[in-house]
Amino acid sequence: MSLEYTSAEMMTVTAARALENGMTCFVGIGLPSEAANLARLTHAPEVVLIYESGTLQTKPDVLPLSIGDGELCESALTTVSVPEMFRYWLQGGHISVGFLGTAQIDRYCNLNTTLIGDYHDPKVRLPGGGGAPEIATNAHEVFITLKHSKRTFVKDVDFITTLGFGRDGKGRDGVPNIGKGPTRAITDLCVMKPDPETKELVVVSLHPGVSREDVYDATGWEIRFAEQLESTPEPNAHELEVLRELKERTARKHTGEV
Amino acid sequence: MAEFLSLHDAVARYVEDGATVAMEGFTHLIPFAAGHEVIRQRKRDLTLIRMTPDLVYDQLIGAGCVKKLIFSWGGNPGVGSLHRLRDAVEKGWPHKIEIHEHSHAAMACAFEAGAAGLPLAVLRGYVGSELPNVNDQIKFIECPFTGERLAAVPSVRPDVSIVHAQKADRKGNVLVEGIIGVQKEAVLAAKYSIVTVEEIVDDLMTLPDYHPNACVIPGWAISAIAVAEKGSYPSYAHGYYPRDNRFYKEWDTIARDREVFTQWLEENVYNAGGQS
Repeated sequence: MSLEYTSAEMMTVTAARALENGMTCFVGIGLPSEAANLARLTHAPEVVLIYESGTLQTKPDVLPLSIGDGELCESALTTVSVPEMFRYWLQGGHISVGFLGTAQIDRYCNLNTTLIGDYHDPKVRLPGGGGAPEIATNAHEVFITLKHSKRTFVKDVDFITTLGFGRDGKGRDGVPNIGKGPTRAITDLCVMKPDPETKELVVVSLHPGVSREDVYDATGWEIRFAEQLESTPEPNAHELEVLRELKERTARKHTGEV
Repeated sequence: MAEFLSLHDAVARYVEDGATVAMEGFTHLIPFAAGHEVIRQRKRDLTLIRMTPDLVYDQLIGAGCVKKLIFSWGGNPGVGSLHRLRDAVEKGWPHKIEIHEHSHAAMACAFEAGAAGLPLAVLRGYVGSELPNVNDQIKFIECPFTGERLAAVPSVRPDVSIVHAQKADRKGNVLVEGIIGVQKEAVLAAKYSIVTVEEIVDDLMTLPDYHPNACVIPGWAISAIAVAEKGSYPSYAHGYYPRDNRFYKEWDTIARDREVFTQWLEENVYNAGGQS
């Protein structure tokens, strides 16, 4: 029997599968938060989720709309101050994975959440860095998830808010006390990993029904494909059920609030 | 020693035109009532500091109170843009504002350094980011012991910090519960501080759920306390009322249009007495 699912569900399930029990994950809001909680509610019940609002080891029943929703605090083991969060827990080296979204990403995994256009005369002003610049360098590794399009996947980002591997792929070389950086990027079309040598993103796995052309057409540079190109495993019935229930609960909660 | 004042009098006394003001509360306990009072008193040329400007600074910027903004994430959480902030930065309405943009880690460290009385904060940050190219308040220094290159930013030392909390007691001691953000740091880093609270209780230490490790700011470290019921609405107060996520979504429509915003401000702030 083949299951019906959307490309967005495929993305979330694939991103969730990247997390494992035993990992301590600093979670960004939005898609990363959805994936991280799906992981916790399916194959990785012991994954530790941490949000920058200070909530340590939180187990929200519904997805938070903001990074500081009460739900995160109420279901957390403990809640610490924001300076403690960034200084002791993140900079102190206790985070194995930073899970981030972004507005723009380039071939060297640099992230832009600051603006489109010129800094002093922006076409579009975006919210800014938030926790990402230090999550990306102080977490042991980074997962990135976002929707694939020519607008989001550009050859060079307009502004490096958050380091992937720099403008030349060498941005982490020789820097002491820095994490590995992005180790995978998961979209609604495919999974990419940085080339071990050049650090340029390479497609390692295509989602079912997605062609090389689809990815090529949605990417702002001539993206490469791995020699051993794999097919991403489909979501299973349990994952889809848990994800849909989670999203339904979330929608009910957030529309019901006055 | 904390003095009990009305919100009007506290803002009138401590927030001067041209002052550097930090209104803190990380998504939680955002001091909206105080922000609205600042707007009503038509304070001008303020330098505002806040990690996440949120709706409260969007309103202050749109109302024309702000000259400069120091921040680290300027969006409407879970919704999208702060349109008044964007309009000021992109189109200069109601006037151009200067921005100093940081990361959360740097701002959090800068508040902490301010509370510690230090001139700067040091962190392992901004590696490879282009923020230091556009913000001259971010520098790099060499550790004198290891030689490691580390980021440095000036500490946050506002003229006045304003935070909201659940309870104060009759001696002015303040209890903050839930997501505590950088509130304590903001109060201790500032020359003067105003704390708005949901309610006044007799004595915090006799509350049935009082905990020896509770986040308490002693009254003698605070300048003024003002009661502002629902003072952090539409954000939330843990144990009192939830975040009005629906309003955060509606704000997107209100703030997108200058006229709609101006009318909202008229009805909900200027003509709302001291209660909004």
